[in-house]
Amino acid sequence: MSRPDQAAALVTGASKGIGAAIAKALAADGWAVAVNYRSDEAGANATVEAIEQAGGRALALHGDVANGAPAELFERAEAELGPVLALVNNAGVTADGLLVQMDDEDWDRVLGTNLTAAFRMTRRAMRPMIKARYGRVVNVASVVGPRANAGQANYAAAKAGLIGMTKTVATEVARRGVTVNAVAPGFIDTDMTKDVPDSAIEAVPARRAGTPEEVAAAVRFLASDAAGYVTGTTLFVDGGMSA
Amino acid sequence: MATAISPEAVEKTVYDALPQFGVEESDITRDATFEDLDVDSLDLAELSQIIEDEYGVQLKGDDVGKIKTVGDAIDLVVNRAG
Repeated sequence: MSRPDQAAALVTGASKGIGAAIAKALAADGWAVAVNYRSDEAGANATVEAIEQAGGRALALHGDVANGAPAELFERAEAELGPVLALVNNAGVTADGLLVQMDDEDWDRVLGTNLTAAFRMTRRAMRPMIKARYGRVVNVASVVGPRANAGQANYAAAKAGLIGMTKTVATEVARRGVTVNAVAPGFIDTDMTKDVPDSAIEAVPARRAGTPEEVAAAVRFLASDAAGYVTGTTLFVDGGMSA
Repeated sequence: MATAISPEAVEKTVYDALPQFGVEESDITRDATFEDLDVDSLDLAELSQIIEDEYGVQLKGDDVGKIKTVGDAIDLVVNRAG
């Protein structure tokens, strides 16, 4: 089945980095895109502007997915752009530290944004998707989760949880034409990885960091009609790191 | 939300909704079980959404798990609304 004419994509955490690249890639593929952001309004506006200049449709959508009401975000996106038939749960935070020194707040914050928010957003997204018999959910996970990374017990738990949720939800809604997949970026050149030492590249077979655009290309594929039979899977975009 | 919640109205909503899950209209009776009608858990979740949109009655997974027949579903909605 092909994407209905009126179809919007909602990308969380899309003011910069991987999220902004995803928003642009989906817009280039014909989606009207809701560019969600929490604090970086200038970044979100720049993303919207870039999309519009390229001939696409976009809307900057303010709201903290960890604390806000998903319903309100969806209603605003639907009112401006049409039914949300693609959701990309990209918003993520880190609060690194060894587990023995990790306080509850750092655990809760990372699980809250990276996993619980994705659950709530996905639950709200399912209604219109099931009704339309068409939908695409892409969760931005990480190589951390499937693999260990000392200092990120909270992040690894959240991202592994996201992959587990992806698989199960995929099986629940597959017969309604709704696919649910994850992408697992490796070492991508963004603000989040700016403090990672250059020596980390040694662990990447490709011997370079990936770009946000390379992650976005994978999301664009998973959100496309061409990926209609791909569901419950995790696509690693990591230069061979997890191979 | 504005629709009056009479047993007849709920019955009509349920009867009208079921064919979109592949149920033959002629098979729909109050005593028919969802199992016999081949209506699965996702279908029931979707039916719950239709009912919620129409009547503002929210059915949880627990509620839906207990109902066996078309009549059970109608009664549950009417009771919950009352």
